[in-house]
Amino acid sequence: MSEEKRRFWAYMIVGVLALISVSTYAYNEYYIYLSVYMWFGFVYGMCLQYGRFCFSSAFRDLFAVGVPRMAVGIMIAIALFGLVGAFVSATGLSTFHSAPTSFHAVVAGFIFGVGMTFAGGCASGSMYKTGEGNMNALLVVLSISVTQAIFVDIGGWTNSLVPEAWKASALTKGLPASITVTDGWVDQYLAGYVWDQPVMSFATMLGWTDKSYIGAFIGNLLIGVVIPGALLLVIVYYIWSRKTYMRKNLPKDQAAPTWRNELAGYWAMISASKRTAIAGLALGIAAGLHMYAIQGLRVKFGMRNAGALLERIGFDFGLSAQGTVFDPGYWYVTTQEAQWVGWLFHRLGWNHLDNIFFGWVNGIPNPAFNPADWMSIALFGGAAVMALLHNEFKFKKPTLETATWALMGGALMGIGSRLGLGCNVGAFFVRVSQGDPSGWLFGLGMVGGAFIGVKLVNHWTERRMAQQFAASKI
Amino acid sequence: MKFEKMTEGQYRLDVKGYVCPHPQLYTKKALEKLSPGETLEIVFDNPSSGESIAVMCDNTGDEITEQKLDGGMYVWHIRKA
Repeated sequence: MSEEKRRFWAYMIVGVLALISVSTYAYNEYYIYLSVYMWFGFVYGMCLQYGRFCFSSAFRDLFAVGVPRMAVGIMIAIALFGLVGAFVSATGLSTFHSAPTSFHAVVAGFIFGVGMTFAGGCASGSMYKTGEGNMNALLVVLSISVTQAIFVDIGGWTNSLVPEAWKASALTKGLPASITVTDGWVDQYLAGYVWDQPVMSFATMLGWTDKSYIGAFIGNLLIGVVIPGALLLVIVYYIWSRKTYMRKNLPKDQAAPTWRNELAGYWAMISASKRTAIAGLALGIAAGLHMYAIQGLRVKFGMRNAGALLERIGFDFGLSAQGTVFDPGYWYVTTQEAQWVGWLFHRLGWNHLDNIFFGWVNGIPNPAFNPADWMSIALFGGAAVMALLHNEFKFKKPTLETATWALMGGALMGIGSRLGLGCNVGAFFVRVSQGDPSGWLFGLGMVGGAFIGVKLVNHWTERRMAQQFAASKI
Repeated sequence: MKFEKMTEGQYRLDVKGYVCPHPQLYTKKALEKLSPGETLEIVFDNPSSGESIAVMCDNTGDEITEQKLDGGMYVWHIRKA
């Protein structure tokens, strides 16, 4: 594709999104709420593509090829999102709510971690790669979407796998008759187990509130994010970066490194990939501002969930039994992916409003009016614009082998994200940044999953490479 | 994926169409097989793999002697240290 054509398509994408924003706002001012989601999604897409920002790479490349650049970039993004988030939280405008904390987050993260290694990208990474024209990544997105929509409504024989205690506890939650809480494994897992787990933050564990300055900045940011993040990077530095730095930079007449050398090496690791660090910086700031903007609009329009806006506009199909739709107020990926498939299945006759995930919490609004879907579509667009402007856009057709990896990985990520109530973004990036300990548990699981996933992928590539060496007589 | 010997001491690895971590894993394994001074040409179209391969070479001391990008296709030459 010539440079003129690439520029044309990049401007076309921006123009179409701008036209959607302007025309819908002219029709009804409430659409600005959806447009805010859309433009933040666009920025996320640009940042992710620019920095090749992939959470899968952060964990996987450490084990696979000993490269720490993405782990560093993600910690920078988390710290900056945490800083902006602490300010938003202390001013009482945060849209964030901690998730239940228990061992389930580790198990969910583990399954998700294996999946993202197989798929070659995490949930958000697969989205920006789709924007680069990678159809393998699109298969991953489709696999995550379909798997989630099926998984959250699957009942039948899976009901026999539910512990009696979960079933009994689920029945006490007072859910309306439209939600068949004892028919569905995920329903009973959520209402009978997850909802019974403690909800906390580092601030509340220390006796402060999330909305106080001391709770937000000392509890959630310093103790919950900065200190553990810096310590983790020290581990990464000692295992994966220190040896190379000292080999290159330690004077030959110096026997052992000093503290000054160690600090210089640590800083060199952090500043090694400027591109990733810049993307992490922009991503962290954007994610924090996103919360601020959405909460501001909620105050302006006098509502707490986009379901109320959709009703006012006249689109009340697919709202949950509480009149809500999925409206996190910050960056999220997998729930809206499940929603459009849930909406489609429901339209085709499979009732998807009788389960907790859709029917009680998130709804299945028409994707054309779903705020979070606007964010995801624009994320594809932002990544495509950045790839087009940097001559990195290329349509890539899947092969049988790559499609198999994509579908398997996507399915595992879909299951992991529903068990963990989110993906690498919602269950890890956002939660860790906002001082929710369950985010660290999900991350711990992801590290374990990535380690096992790399072992399995390595076994496969070893075999393929041995065949090639034999054919080349090397 | 295709790995082949072009001439004496020169090899080519074609990993077009693959996403992470395959291009960097295949590159790592190919470079491990080469002797010092031999060169490897890698062809890939997954941008993020390039970032990892560059850092990987920096860590091992292998030298990237040439980098080309055309229409989303990367062709890099690496000399084994």
